[in-house]
Amino acid sequence: MNTFVDSFRFMGDHGHLLLVKSWQTAELSGAALGISLLLALPLGLWLGHRHRGLFLAASVSNVGRALPSLVLIAFGLTLFGIGFWNNTVALVVLAIPPVLTNAYFAMEAVDRDAVDAARGMGMTELQVLVRVELPLGLPLVFAGIRIAAIFVIATATIAAIAGGGGLGDIIVNRATYGDAGVFAASLCVSALAFASALLLALIRKGVSPRHGSLL
Amino acid sequence: MNVAAGPVIPNFGQGSSCEVNNGWFCPEWVTGHWHDTLEPALVQHVELTAIAVGIGFALAFALALVGFRFRLLDPPIGVFSDFLYTIPSLALFQILIPVTGISVTTVEIALVSYTLLVLYRNTIEGLRAVPEEMVDVARGSGFTRMQTFLRVELPLALPAILAGLRIATVSTISIATVAAFVVAKGLGSPIFVALEQDVFKTEILVAGGMAVALALVADGLLVLLQRALTPWSRA
Repeated sequence: MNTFVDSFRFMGDHGHLLLVKSWQTAELSGAALGISLLLALPLGLWLGHRHRGLFLAASVSNVGRALPSLVLIAFGLTLFGIGFWNNTVALVVLAIPPVLTNAYFAMEAVDRDAVDAARGMGMTELQVLVRVELPLGLPLVFAGIRIAAIFVIATATIAAIAGGGGLGDIIVNRATYGDAGVFAASLCVSALAFASALLLALIRKGVSPRHGSLL
Repeated sequence: MNVAAGPVIPNFGQGSSCEVNNGWFCPEWVTGHWHDTLEPALVQHVELTAIAVGIGFALAFALALVGFRFRLLDPPIGVFSDFLYTIPSLALFQILIPVTGISVTTVEIALVSYTLLVLYRNTIEGLRAVPEEMVDVARGSGFTRMQTFLRVELPLALPAILAGLRIATVSTISIATVAAFVVAKGLGSPIFVALEQDVFKTEILVAGGMAVALALVADGLLVLLQRALTPWSRA
């Protein structure tokens, strides 16, 4: 348990370093998650709303799960070399499947009667989607975003081997930072993952307080 | 003889011009290193995955039975498996090292813990989704509790359980590539080696492609198993 005690000493002595590295990881993860949300969320919601593209949603999810994060990072490095794009593209590719698939199935599963009632009230398609289907499907949509966020943070750590910076830099560099540093950085990246899951839960509650207990 | 142009790849230095110049795909490297690198890595990867999914399934199934019979225990088990699932893989490996050392045990503990969430959830949801009337009918026609479970509840929950097994297997194959960071085993191992050696492309593409292919093949085999075991459901 020496490593455990030492790692807290490391946190005290190198608090600033850990903070900077944590921020880098958060930045890379946030950017990748943001891009994938912009790409996958509207597409998934719309396809689910139209009840089209079941094959696409199902295959994206199956193939997405089969793409190992390390392989994506390594492919990214092979294709783009070290820079902004290699890791960002890999992370975006990783984050799209859970977001897209969950958004699709969340909309697809909404009670048809509720949708028909909304149409009968004279709502436009967009209104049906935003005011009826989205609130009802929100828990599932957020579950997808949450999985994507966890994947992205885990993989952003691995991205250090391809010049991604962040906490992974410490974790893959035992020679420099020692057992205590590696352990401390691992705790930090875990804390980051939990914080993001918590943040998403809070956003979900804030957006739709009435459906807090649906999932 | 010395080849001057291009990055020289350590350990592969005496290779063909494609290998020495780090071309995109050098078939001669693949055939030359199938037996000493790729094949063992593939076999190790299958072993790592099979052990993790096997233990994870046994553990999750037992936990799901507990959570199913004693509803009060379901939330804490669920939260705990969710907690394990949230820890990033590379971090979990490193956190375990002070306890279990740089060993296959460390890798397997981490891999098993990632399978628990989906296997537990799917098993318990599958069991819960069995209509109450079915259970009542079985009990009413003289089935014991055990018979009801084995002949009614379990078969009806099987599609959900197998769906969980598919997700867990494919995810484990994927996460097991990271395991090579701890012990040089599995398909992640040649990838790490290639990354350290000036990003040797052929090795990355082939080992990475094999990992993806392995996941897809495993998924396909489990679909076949699903069809064979539950011929009444087409999902």
